Amino acid sequence: MKALVAVKRVVDANVKVRVKPDNSGVDLTNVKMSINPFCEIAVEEAVRLKEKGTVSEIVVVSVGSKDAQEQIRSAMALGADRGILVETADEIGALEVAKILKGVVDAEKPELILLGKQAIDDDSNQVGQMLGALLGAGQGTFASEVKVEGGKVQVTREIDGGLQTVELALPAIITTDLRLNEPRYAALPNIMKARKKPLDVKSPADYGVATGTKLKTIKVEAPAERKAGVQVKSVDELVEKLKNEAKVI
Amino acid sequence: MSILVIADHNNQTLNGATLNVVAAAQKIGGDITVLVAGSGAQAVADAAAKVAGVSKVLLADNAAYANQLAENVAGLVADIAKGGYKYVLAASTTTGKNILPRVAALLDVSMITDIIAVESANTFKRPIYAGNAIATVQSDEAIIVGTVRGTAFDAVAAEGGSAAVETVGEVNDAGLSSFVNEEIVKLDRPELTAARIVVSGGRGVGSGENYHKVLDPLADKLGAAQGASRAAVDAGFVPNDFQVGQTGKIVAPDLYMAIGISGAIQHLAGMKDSKVIVAINKDEEAPINSVADYWLVGDLNTVVPELVSKL
Repeated sequence: MKALVAVKRVVDANVKVRVKPDNSGVDLTNVKMSINPFCEIAVEEAVRLKEKGTVSEIVVVSVGSKDAQEQIRSAMALGADRGILVETADEIGALEVAKILKGVVDAEKPELILLGKQAIDDDSNQVGQMLGALLGAGQGTFASEVKVEGGKVQVTREIDGGLQTVELALPAIITTDLRLNEPRYAALPNIMKARKKPLDVKSPADYGVATGTKLKTIKVEAPAERKAGVQVKSVDELVEKLKNEAKVI
Repeated sequence: MSILVIADHNNQTLNGATLNVVAAAQKIGGDITVLVAGSGAQAVADAAAKVAGVSKVLLADNAAYANQLAENVAGLVADIAKGGYKYVLAASTTTGKNILPRVAALLDVSMITDIIAVESANTFKRPIYAGNAIATVQSDEAIIVGTVRGTAFDAVAAEGGSAAVETVGEVNDAGLSSFVNEEIVKLDRPELTAARIVVSGGRGVGSGENYHKVLDPLADKLGAAQGASRAAVDAGFVPNDFQVGQTGKIVAPDLYMAIGISGAIQHLAGMKDSKVIVAINKDEEAPINSVADYWLVGDLNTVVPELVSKL
C-alpha cells in the first residue's frame, strides 16, 4: 500500500526563541530550522512499515516556503521515495493546510496517512484531525503503536489516563506521539541518493485552496518572567522557606 | 450568544477540567449548554446540571459514544453546533484535542487550541513555541471553536446550578472506527492536572525502582500527585501519563517539586506556571534553577529522605 507522510519545517527544538521587539511574531532570522520532531517520527514509522513489506511506496509532502525542500530531502534521506512541495510564501492556517493535504490525498490515493501530532512552533495539534474530517476517514491520534492487519489498522493511543487501542478502516489518518519510535539518523550515502529522488512542486491553487486564515494573530509577546529564585543551602532552610515564606505546605 | 461546552467524562463521573471550561465560557458571556455524549452517562448529565452557570444540559446517550471515538462524537457536535451556537468549547485534554479539530473542519472553521485568556468575545490568548511566546489571536469565524487550558481558569462550583437535562435522539455512528481496549493506570493519589502539590522525578532518579523508593514517601507526606519528565518516561521509570511537558500534561499547582530534572524547554512548558517551584538537583548549572523559587544542590537520594523526615 501507499503511505503519505506530511512534514513541516519548524524552528529546531533546541533553539530558545525570541519574540520580535515589535510584537509581530517570533524572530526566525538566522535560526536553525529542522523537520518537526513529530513529523520525523511519522517518516520513521512509514519507513519501518516499508521495511516490513506493508508499505510499498512513501510519498512525503510539505506545505510552505521554498526552503521546506530541505525537510523533504531529509525525509527522503530517511527512506521516503518521492516528495511533493506545495509552495506558498503566504501565511497559512491549519484548516487550509488540511484542505491542501486533502487535495494531495485525492490525487495520490494513499491508504495510510501519517502526520505528527503537533508542530512545535504553533502547538496547534489540529491538522491530522481536520484532514480526517475532510476525507471522511478514521483517525488514530497520539499513536504510540501502529499495526496494519487485514485491511485495517490498529492504533494504540496515548490518552490522559493511560492507553487506548482503536481499530480503523483504511484509508486512515495516524498522528504520531513521541513514544511511537526512535527516528534513525540519515547516513551520508542516503543523503546523496535523496538528492536524486523526484520532488514535485505544486501550489495551493493546484488543489483549489486559497491561502490565509480567518485566525488573525494580533500580537505575540514574551511570557511573564518568573522572579529570580534563591538557592537554599540545607533541607532545614528549604522546609523553613516553604512553610513561612511561600506558605505552601 | 450561546456557548456549547463538550463535557469531558468517563460515562460515570464528570472530569473536573469541564468546570474550568465553563469558567472560560462565563468570561466570554452568554447562555452555556453542556453536551454529554456517552453511553449510560445519565449520572454525568445530572452532575453537569448542578454545575454553577450552566443553563442547559444535552444528553446524547448511545453505545456509539461510549468511548468518545472522535469520528462519532465530532459528527454529533457539529450537527448540534449548526443549530445556533456561536461557540464550541472543550477542555485541552487528549479527548478534547482529539475531537474538536474534527468538529471545526466539519463546520469549515479555523480552531484555537489551548486558550489561556479571554480578551474579548472573539480575541483570545494562547501559548506557542512551547510556552516561550504568547499569541493574541482574533477569530473572524462564524462559529468559534476552541480548547481551553484548564490550569489557566479557576474552576466554577460543581454544585449550585439547576439546569434542565434534555435528551438528544441523534445517533451518529460514522462506522470508521471501533474501540478495542483501554489500559487505565490506577492511582491512589490525586489526579496530576488537578493536584495542589506535584512531586516530579527526572532522569536523575536513576531507575523506576528508585523513583518509587525516593519519591513515593514524599508524595505521601504531602498528599501530592506524581509527575515525571520525558526522560524519566522514555527510560521506562514510570508510565507515559505521568509526563509533564509540552507533549504531556500541563500543570500549574501551588507547589511543584522537580527532583533530578534538568529542566529542558519541553518540560518547562508544562510546569512553569506553577505558583512555587522547588528544584532538587546535583547540578548547580541546571536550567531548572532559572525558573525555581528555591533550589537545593545535592544528592536526591539523601536530600529527599531527609526532607520527608523533616516535614
